[in-house]
Amino acid sequence: MDIDKVFKALADPGRRRLLDQLRSDNGQTLTALCEHMDMTRQAVTQHLQQLEAANLVAVIWQGREKLHYLNPVPLFEIQERWIKKFERSRLGVLLTLKTQLEGLENENGNGSEKT
Amino acid sequence: MKMETEVKKPDFVYVTYIATTPEKLWQALMDVDLMAQWWVDPKGGCCRVNVSDWKPGSLWEHRRADGSNVVDIAGKVIEATPPKRLVYSWARPGEVADEAKHSQVTFDILPYSNGLVKLTVAHDDLAKDPAMLSGVSGGWPTVLSNLKTFLETGKALPKTAAAAHA
Repeated sequence: MDIDKVFKALADPGRRRLLDQLRSDNGQTLTALCEHMDMTRQAVTQHLQQLEAANLVAVIWQGREKLHYLNPVPLFEIQERWIKKFERSRLGVLLTLKTQLEGLENENGNGSEKT
Repeated sequence: MKMETEVKKPDFVYVTYIATTPEKLWQALMDVDLMAQWWVDPKGGCCRVNVSDWKPGSLWEHRRADGSNVVDIAGKVIEATPPKRLVYSWARPGEVADEAKHSQVTFDILPYSNGLVKLTVAHDDLAKDPAMLSGVSGGWPTVLSNLKTFLETGKALPKTAAAAHA
């Protein structure tokens, strides 16, 4: 897949918020996602299309309902490309330290599950 | 689009696009010798292979490919429609008899444009088993990424991350 599309899709805070929504509750419909977003349904639809084109969102049809899933595969490929395997555990320790010191929830979306 | 026989809401859906053919992808999901080259254990250790005759109703086993043949996961084949759709149940070896404890994995293979094949992997019915859910959710991206590399480059992969620095 086109890696530029992934980075472009991630460059928008609204689209990142949509990914966060799916991270906390995977498999939502458009209507459910709109409830958490202060933008028009049409804008949410367009953002979702961009996320889907970047393969960051995967879609499944359940009857007439279109369910949206956070697809971490492209992010995993980015991680594989730039993060060396032996660095992972150290990076995990650093992140834990930072989170504890700052006392923050994962607002920057960097608390994704460990692989 | 054809409806699924059983309508469930998956817990996870993963999609990857692979430059290959549906037939080669199907073979990679069936052939033990191929699988031993790409189905790594995300937590380290040896590769795994899925062993079955792949007939609906048959059992399948997720075995360690290190000669020990230890079975870590097992289940039943629900559907096998080459080279399109593979569905099997997923359980701990001790819980194969208890279908209420099974989750379900679906592989959908769809020809896409530009010589790409779209592989969708959905894992359903995991919510009742949080330990399995957390293990499985971190694992699939690694397994799928290796499958893609294997099919596109034909190269066997180095042993897993964890194994490499263990």
